[in-house]
Amino acid sequence: MSHFGNICKSEKNMPRPQKSQKGVDFLKKIGKQTIKFDNPPTILECNSIVGPKEANGPLAKYFDKTLEDEFWGEKSWEKAESKIIKENVNMLISKSGVNLQDIDCAFAGDLLNQCISSSFGLRDINIPFFGVFGACSTFVESLSLGAICIESFANYVLCATSSHFCSAEKQFRFPLELGNQRPPSSQWTVTGSGAAILSKEGSGPFITHITPGKIVDMGIKDANNMGAAMAPAFSQTLITHFLDTGRSPNYYDAIISGDLGHIGKSIAIDILKNNGYNIKPNYDDCRCSYF
Amino acid sequence: MNPLESNKTYQDYVYKKTPNSKILKNCFNAFWVGGLICTIGQVILNICKERGFDTQTSGTIVSILLIGISAFLTGLNLFNKIGKFAGAGSLIPITGFANSIVSPAMEYKSEGYVMGVGGKMFTVAGPVLVFGISTSILVGIIYLIFNTQNITLV
Repeated sequence: MSHFGNICKSEKNMPRPQKSQKGVDFLKKIGKQTIKFDNPPTILECNSIVGPKEANGPLAKYFDKTLEDEFWGEKSWEKAESKIIKENVNMLISKSGVNLQDIDCAFAGDLLNQCISSSFGLRDINIPFFGVFGACSTFVESLSLGAICIESFANYVLCATSSHFCSAEKQFRFPLELGNQRPPSSQWTVTGSGAAILSKEGSGPFITHITPGKIVDMGIKDANNMGAAMAPAFSQTLITHFLDTGRSPNYYDAIISGDLGHIGKSIAIDILKNNGYNIKPNYDDCRCSYF
Repeated sequence: MNPLESNKTYQDYVYKKTPNSKILKNCFNAFWVGGLICTIGQVILNICKERGFDTQTSGTIVSILLIGISAFLTGLNLFNKIGKFAGAGSLIPITGFANSIVSPAMEYKSEGYVMGVGGKMFTVAGPVLVFGISTSILVGIIYLIFNTQNITLV
């Protein structure tokens, strides 16, 4: 990030761009922390590959490819995860019909140290790469940053993420063969990868607003109850989004959170209710619908 | 009441909201599986004594056999299923200790034999070893101070 800061500094001495210049007027901040796009970027195409457990879940028919085992012919889970994101991005690019050379940059990340899955996975496609780490929010973070790029200089931006149950357990918790018990509040990491291409031109679906959330830490220390740890941040971001845009929950067909699970979901509904918003009818959580 | 009022109110609220583990069922399963493992140990011990081994040797044979079985079941991906069912019942006997060393060894094999298996083998059992051995040294020192007459150096 320090390089980026340097570039910004040196540009201070350059003549300021005219206000009417293309790409300057399209982004604006509304309310406290929401970004509004006047010329919203399109999600041109998306693709997903998931592992065997997800393939047996209720969303199975929506995935582009499902795997029969966690290794996919590789020797380690980390290599398998890398392969999943690599193949997913390849599938996406060929499906979208966009030329590889036309993609201006890629935002991608995963859960492992130094984002190894995405950096090794995207090593061969040879496009400018930003590694993103937002844990559960990595993909939305990539989409947000990608959309901002589209509004400034890029025509096509690739956004991708991956996770793998086994490699995540290995990194953050216990070995899989350890005979311990999982409490009812513990969550299950998805094995799979999702990717999307954002484009300047297109007929939608559009990214029209971004409300980046603040870090909210209510002191939950239980590593097996992450939904409860994340729910306050989600709820506050949502409330800020409603206030900034002047919308109410029923404006939306669906409000979807990433990774709260059943406990986090019901906590979020409670907090929103406490603040005068009823999100129950159109709110869902990815974690609750995956398995 | 607003749960987000303070960290304390939120933590209390989450505590109420989070479903508890099924303690009665877990205790019952832990009790009978743990009991079963100990009974198997006792049976082996009795057989060994029958065959003419002394108590100490028989005890060693029991440990070796239980550790061996537990390590083997871990390798077959079966011990984690028993552990999921029985919890402390299979974790507290020597079987759990064997499992806690074999499972990281399997997990980290992909990182090589020296830095992977060798380096990461004790990630789970390490604390038990460190504090177990430290405590035994401490107890030994206390014993040395208060029982100097009875010590016989072999």
